[in-house]
Amino acid sequence: MREPFFEVEDLRFTYHRQSDRAQAVVALDGLSCVIGRGEYVGVVGGNGSGKSTLAKHLNALLLPTGGQVRVAGVDTRAPEGAWAARRRVGMIFQNPDNQLVATVVEEDVAFGPENLGVPPAEIRRRVDQALDAVGMAAFRRRAPHLLSGGQKQRVAIAGVLAMHPESIVLDEPTTMLDPQGRAEVLEVVRTLNRRDGITIVLISHAMEDLIDAERIIALDSGRIVLDGPAARIFDRLAEAPLGPLAPPPIAALARWLREDGVEVPPGVHTVDALADALSGLFEPGGASHA
Amino acid sequence: MPDPLVACEGVSFTYRRGTPMEALALRGISVDIRPREAMALIGPTGSGKSTLVQLFNGLLRPTEGTVRVAGQDLWGPRADRRRARQQVGLVFQFPEYQLFEETVRRDVAYGPERLSLGEAEVAERVDEALHAVGLDPSRFGDRSPFALSGGEMRRVALAGVLAMRPTVLVLDEPTAGLDPRGKEEILARLELLHRQGLAVVVITHNMDEVARLADRVVVLAEGRVVMTGSPAEIFRRDEDLRRVGLGLPQAARLVRALRARGLPVADALTMSAARAAIVAAVRAGT
Repeated sequence: MREPFFEVEDLRFTYHRQSDRAQAVVALDGLSCVIGRGEYVGVVGGNGSGKSTLAKHLNALLLPTGGQVRVAGVDTRAPEGAWAARRRVGMIFQNPDNQLVATVVEEDVAFGPENLGVPPAEIRRRVDQALDAVGMAAFRRRAPHLLSGGQKQRVAIAGVLAMHPESIVLDEPTTMLDPQGRAEVLEVVRTLNRRDGITIVLISHAMEDLIDAERIIALDSGRIVLDGPAARIFDRLAEAPLGPLAPPPIAALARWLREDGVEVPPGVHTVDALADALSGLFEPGGASHA
Repeated sequence: MPDPLVACEGVSFTYRRGTPMEALALRGISVDIRPREAMALIGPTGSGKSTLVQLFNGLLRPTEGTVRVAGQDLWGPRADRRRARQQVGLVFQFPEYQLFEETVRRDVAYGPERLSLGEAEVAERVDEALHAVGLDPSRFGDRSPFALSGGEMRRVALAGVLAMRPTVLVLDEPTAGLDPRGKEEILARLELLHRQGLAVVVITHNMDEVARLADRVVVLAEGRVVMTGSPAEIFRRDEDLRRVGLGLPQAARLVRALRARGLPVADALTMSAARAAIVAAVRAGT
C-alpha cells in the first residue's frame, strides 16, 4: 500500500452565485478518496460535476465548507496548511496563456522559485532542470507568446516543476491544444510520474487523455460514482455509458467487436493494445486455420 | 458548379499592421465555401484558422485580396456587410460566454429582433432555431440560459446564430470543453443541419470529428492552405499531416497498426467503418 498523499474525507463545498445570493449551490456533496504518493489518477465527469472544484481543493485554492482535505498529512484548513499544500502541489489550467507572466521563457519559469525566496544559483539550476524535463531548454530565451499551444503548456509545467512540487494537478490541460501539442503535454506528464514519482491528478473530458492513468475517479453531481483501475472503468463505460461519460473510442470499438464474435480480451483501450489483441487471432497455431 | 457562398481570393491578413508588433497571419489564401458542403478547417494552433473565418463575414478586413459573399465584394463600394453577417453565421469558441438574456427565448430572439421583422416572424424563427438545436421551446424557452448544462448552453448560442437564417454556418471549435454527451449532442445537430442543406464549416483539432462530419478538408499551416481534399485523400497523407502537427483519426491509426502486424484490413476513418473492416478481415482469415 502506498503512503497516502491526498486524503479527502467527506468533502463538501457550497457557494453562492453572484446573481442569486439566496440559493446555495452544492458543488461537492460528501466526497471521500485517498490518492497515494506516486499515483497517476484521472478524474472524469460531466460539465458541472465538480471536477474543477475538487482540483482546487487539492492545492488549497479552495477550502472545504465541510469535511476535510489533507495533503501529506496536513489539513488544508490548519494554520499554514494552505500554504504548505500550495508548496507541495502545483496546478496547471486549461489555457496556457493565462498562466505565463514573463516576457522570456526562462524568466517565466524562474518566477515561482523567486517568490519562494530560493537563492539565485539554485534558481538557475532549477530552471535548467525544469526546462530540460519538459523538452523546452532550446527555447529558454524565447518570448512565450510566440510559442505554440503545446509549447506554452510545457513552459507552464516547467514553471510548476521549478517549485519542486510533490504533485501536479492538471485541469483539462489539453483542451486548447492541437493533436501534437496534446501528445507533447501527455508525454511530459507521463515521464514526470514514471521517472520522477510525481503524484499526478489529471482532469479531462477526453478519455483518450487518460490512457496513461492507473486509476480513474468519475464524478457526478459532486459525488464519486466510479473509482477503480483505469482498464476496469473503461470496460465498464464501454458496456453502458454513465450519464455524460463515454468510454475511450477504442474501448467502445473493442466491445462492438466482442458483440460481433471477435475475441478481444478485456482491458483493451489503446490503438496498439487492440492491434496486438487482434493480430493474435491471426498468428500461426492461433484461431486461424486458413 | 454552383456559385460559391463565400469566395476568398488571394487573401492576406496582418495583425497590428504598421507597428513593431506586426504579425502576418494569412498569406495569399484562396478558398471557397460551396452550397451544401461540410468543410473541416484544420491546422496547428496559430495557423490562421480563427483569423480566416473572421474574414468570411467581414469581421476582419483583409490586408490584401478579396472576400465575396454571395458574389458581393465585402469591401467593395456597394458592400452590405450587415447582410453578409446574416448570411455567414459565425459561432465563436465558447459561444456560451456571450449569452446574457434572462430567458433562452429572449437570448435567441436578440439577433432577429434587430432585423426589423414583425413580432410573429421573430417568434417563429426562435421556435424554429430552438427545434433545430434539439431544445423544445415549450420546455426550455422560459428558462434562464445559465441554469442549463454546458452542452445545452452552447446549443442556445448556436440557435441564436441559426435564427438569423444563415446560408452557411461557421463554427470555431464547437465541441471544445464539452463532456462526451455535450459533444455528441452538438455533433448530431450539425450532421442534421448539414443533411437539411445548410453549408457547414467547422474548425476542429479533433480528427475523429473531421472524419465524421466533413466531406472536404482544408489544411492550414503558417497562414497558408497546404492541403485540400476529401477526408480519405487527406488522411492518406499522414506524413504531411504529422509535419504540420496534425494526426490521423483513431480508426485510421488502428488500420495502420493492424496492417503493420500483417492484418489485411480495408481503409476506415470512423469507428463504425473500422468495426466492419475488422470483422470482414477476421472472418476471411479464420
